[in-house]
Amino acid sequence: MSDIPEDDKPSRRDFLYITTGTFGAVGAAAMVWPLVDQMNPDSSVKALSSIEVDISEVPEGGFLKVAWRGKPVYIRRRTAEEIIRAESEDKEDLPDPQNDADRVKKKEWLVVVGVCTHLGCIPIADRGDYDGWFCPCHGSHYDISGRIRKGPAPTNLEIPPYEFASDTVIKIG
Amino acid sequence: MNNDYEYVPKNSFTRWLDTRLPILRFTNEHILQFPTPKNLNYFWTFGFILTFFLITQIITGVILAMHYAPNSLLAFDSIEHIMRDVNYGWLIRYAHSNGSSMFFLAVYIHMFRGLYYGSYKEPREVLWILGCIIYFLMIVTAFMGYVLPWGQMSYWAATVIINLVGTLPIIGDSLTQLLLGGFAVDNPTLNRFFSLHYLIPFIIFGLVFLHIWALHVPGNNNPTGVSIQGKQDTVAFHPYYTVKDFFAYIVFLLLFCYFIFYNPNALGHPDNYIEADPMLTPAHIVPEWYLLPFYAILRAVPDKLFGVLLMFGSIVVLFFLPWLDTMKVRSARYRPFYKMFFFIFVLDCLLLGYLGAQVPEGIYLLLSRVSTFYYFAFFILIMPALSRLEKPNPMPIGISNPAIDQNARLD
Ligand code: HEM
Ligand code: FES
Repeated sequence: MSDIPEDDKPSRRDFLYITTGTFGAVGAAAMVWPLVDQMNPDSSVKALSSIEVDISEVPEGGFLKVAWRGKPVYIRRRTAEEIIRAESEDKEDLPDPQNDADRVKKKEWLVVVGVCTHLGCIPIADRGDYDGWFCPCHGSHYDISGRIRKGPAPTNLEIPPYEFASDTVIKIG
Repeated sequence: MNNDYEYVPKNSFTRWLDTRLPILRFTNEHILQFPTPKNLNYFWTFGFILTFFLITQIITGVILAMHYAPNSLLAFDSIEHIMRDVNYGWLIRYAHSNGSSMFFLAVYIHMFRGLYYGSYKEPREVLWILGCIIYFLMIVTAFMGYVLPWGQMSYWAATVIINLVGTLPIIGDSLTQLLLGGFAVDNPTLNRFFSLHYLIPFIIFGLVFLHIWALHVPGNNNPTGVSIQGKQDTVAFHPYYTVKDFFAYIVFLLLFCYFIFYNPNALGHPDNYIEADPMLTPAHIVPEWYLLPFYAILRAVPDKLFGVLLMFGSIVVLFFLPWLDTMKVRSARYRPFYKMFFFIFVLDCLLLGYLGAQVPEGIYLLLSRVSTFYYFAFFILIMPALSRLEKPNPMPIGISNPAIDQNARLD
């Protein structure tokens, strides 16, 4: 080790140490990404991310509960009276204000993800103080537009991306 | 630690080994002959008990893994297969599930002991922090283990807890998907939980070695909190404490056996015998008993993000105890006010546990808020305030010297 200079001036050896260390660190960091990213949803999970649902059998006032990406989606055929109620309540004091018209593509059909925005339980349809959904876990009440009205959930039930493939088929995702 | 004892190998084999792998020297100096305060009470036996329960969990767990199928289609049935078909499968499974409850019971006693006798104070800060890390990893392991039977409680506990992560601003959603490996709890989630549930106990095992290493630098604290002053204050760990520890362990085992053989499902939830159904939430989701206080804290707060932060904060605050309580006197024996607040704190934790199992409405919600407040106030307000204001009672000069020192010196 006699070739290490006595004074503190940076030497060629210091330079080599630092460059080697830096390259090593960058290389190691780049290696970590695949190790982390493998945890993300894989292709087979993503491939299931859109479904088509036949809605021709749903009676007025009834609903369908279908599984989309492992979560339930409620497709609800609302009665004329329910639509009026949902729209008239736009003006109420809502925790997460949103007009009913902005939550539907066709007024008759409400499509919402059946996952409580609080901590992810599944709200039960036709229950609660607002006759929409009620979440049994910590008591969140949603109205007939899927809007949060009372309880700990912070936001309205989520609307999944969907479109009407035809008059009787909805494509979700 | 001043250790007069010196290991002398007795025969040619041990002499040969001692110059190659001095493992017998290590065992003798650090276990058999280790100088231990002579006045330790039964609260000091829980470290030993914990070590044994960690080993029990690892052995029963490895055996269960031989018969368990970590796949969302097979998991639930494979548990029933263990219970009904595998020879003694019921025994091994009940030992593992009740073992985790015993493990937590012991760790809580162990931690309250540290809190009462001031074992977290200088010079044992690193020891205490290692303990907190172990405790946190125990929680993570227990949570992941609870998901493996793939019953209704497994599934929904996982859903609720992982959704907590989603409350974090900006990164919340992508982080949730990363943990789940999908858009909801499903097979990928089960697989990774199994893998990690298998791994983490071995990390804990390694940390326990560091924990004991950190214990053996300053040596044990003791009920008086006064440091060891010399040989007259200590006895050899073996046989004095090996016997005491084993006796306590056997008594504790009686409780364990009561649960395994007479009441194996008392601490579980019946809904976990219903297979997981992603489309149907059970009416009440409750965690295992040992996590109920945290659940109560989570639900005491109306704001979702703040609730999550408080819940994690309730564990994080433990790491800072050595710097929140700066009173030099360690043991609560000589601190009348600290002692009183300590016992209120114990009751407060029990109350939080009770509240975690109730529906958070009306009086329960109010009580959750009050007891959550006390939980934090104890650490953040009361401890620093007492460190400044409290006047400790007169203390003995040394462990073997009952004479009272009016100036309450420590070292
Ligand atoms: C797997 C879990 C654990 C194991 C196996 C374990 C093991 C041990 C052992 C064998 C001792 C020495 C004997 C005794 O004093 O009881 C000890 C001491 C200690 N442990 Fe733990 N421990 C665990 C978890 C914890 C946790 C979660 C904490 C606190 C957050 C903690 C804090 C302490 C402290 C402060 C001491 C020193 C006690 C004293 O000498 O006064 N330990 N531990
Ligand atoms: S998860 Fe629905 S109210 Fe908490």
